[in-house]
Formats: sequence, structure tokens, C-alpha cells
Amino acid sequence: MSHDSSLISAQVRHVEALLEQRGLLDAGEIDTRIDEFLAGGTPANGARIVARAWVDPGFASRLLADANGAIREIGLSMAGGLQEQRLKVVANTDGEHNVVVCTLCSCYPIALLGPSPGWYKSEAYRSRVVRDPRGVLREFGVELPAGTQVSVWDASAESRYLVLPRRPEGTEGLAEDELAALVTRKGLIGTAAV
Amino acid sequence: MTPRTDRFAVGDRVRTRTVDVDGHTRLPRYARGAVGVVVQPAGVHPLADDRARGVSGPPQTVYHVRFAAADLFGAGDHTVTVELWNDYLTPVEGP
Repeated sequence: MSHDSSLISAQVRHVEALLEQRGLLDAGEIDTRIDEFLAGGTPANGARIVARAWVDPGFASRLLADANGAIREIGLSMAGGLQEQRLKVVANTDGEHNVVVCTLCSCYPIALLGPSPGWYKSEAYRSRVVRDPRGVLREFGVELPAGTQVSVWDASAESRYLVLPRRPEGTEGLAEDELAALVTRKGLIGTAAV
Repeated sequence: MTPRTDRFAVGDRVRTRTVDVDGHTRLPRYARGAVGVVVQPAGVHPLADDRARGVSGPPQTVYHVRFAAADLFGAGDHTVTVELWNDYLTPVEGP
């Protein structure tokens, strides 16, 4: 977790200042690049993807087979960073619940969803959810039946992950945008049911 | 161009290497020396260990490899799926 007073923040500021002094970076260039990277990234994108998958089974199957191609159909992309990242969507079912972590750092589909929540980057979450996902999920208020298979996905390489939650019961009459409003960021990571 | 042939197929059993590398790696320590099953290829990328050292090597296939938690931690009824570069993996023969 970065704080302005931490050693790593001081080191980063020092390197940034050196790069600026030597003319390798314009003042403020890093902030501009970060702003560009984050522009348009919000959990609402993930919610749109999920709602479309709930109402359109064809889209859902394309999403699970080739998420990068499927999200382009609704005007979204994983190409917001330096290169397009591979997106892998994992679907919750009656018998399986998925949860995403990056144990080595904090890999997350930032270009699509915006910055990750603080707890996602915490050592506590990263170290515990691979060993005891049921216990961690319980702390998030998700109580899974004993028969539900829990699948943890560790983003240790170049893919980024999105969980496709199960559509809640009793939502048959809702429109797509109303369905999207039900989807939370935690649901997209797997630490909430929806 | 000849199509790339992946070394492992979906369903293959693989063992991860046990080396304690002297530098950056993307094989998490908890998954060292463990046997898992390939569930899907996950793209073709230069080895992160090399990139971190400024060494360029040919891109290689990355795989989603699923492990039973009990095989990693000695307990747990869940699975953990890790993305692993070809170089981290050796085939496991037999059932």
C-alpha cells in the first residue's frame, strides 16, 4: 500500500526528479500518462459486460471463449494501457464460485475497471485468499454452501480477470441497465455474490 | 509460417520447477514443485524473469494451471489456478 511517507514513494519521487532534471521526462508527464491510462476505467464497464451476458446467452458464451473480442462488441477494450492485455472471464455457476487475486503484486484490469480497491492490494487479502478462500469470503459476507467448488485465480502472468456473477433470482423483469446497477466491484472480483 | 505447437495440451499434468531463483519470477513460492493440470493456454509472452533482468528471449506459451489446494497447502477443498510460463513446467507422465 503506498503512502506519501513510505520509502518507496520517496524513491519514486527521487527517480522522477532525476528523470526530469536530465530532460528525459517533462514535468508532470507521469501524472498525464496515469490520467490517460485511467480515463474511462470504471467498475461500470464491468457491470455492463455482466448485464449483457445475463440477457444475451450468445454474448455470454463469446465472452467466456474470447473476452477481448466480446467486449469490443459493446465498445469496450483492454487496450487502454501500453499494450492490449488478455482478459479472462470466469463464470460463477450453481456449483462453482470464482475469486480473483494477484498474490505477487496487484494485477487487475485497470484499463477497464479503474484502480483496484485497497483491500485487493493488501498483503492480508493476497496471502490469505489462496489458502482459505472460504474464510476470506465469509469475512466479506459471502457464505458459500459446502458443496460449492471454490476456484481461486492468481493473476501471476499477463492475463487480467473478471468474474461473471450469477444473475440474482427475481430479476427476470429488469432491463439491462437495471441489471447493470445490481453489479458491484466486489462481485466482479468474486468477493461478493453479485 | 508454421503454426506454433504448444508443448502442453489441456488436461496434461505438469510439475512446476523447484528452483529458488535469484531474482524476479512469476512462479509463486506456494506453487513451487507442485503437480497441477493445464486448463487453458493463456497467450504467448516473453518470460517475465528474463525481462526483469533486461534479457530478451523468444516469447513462450503461458498456461493456466490448476492445482488442488491440498497439494499446495496440505489442506483445503478449493482449487488455485496460476498462470505459468512454459519454462516453469515439466511434464508428469502417467495417470
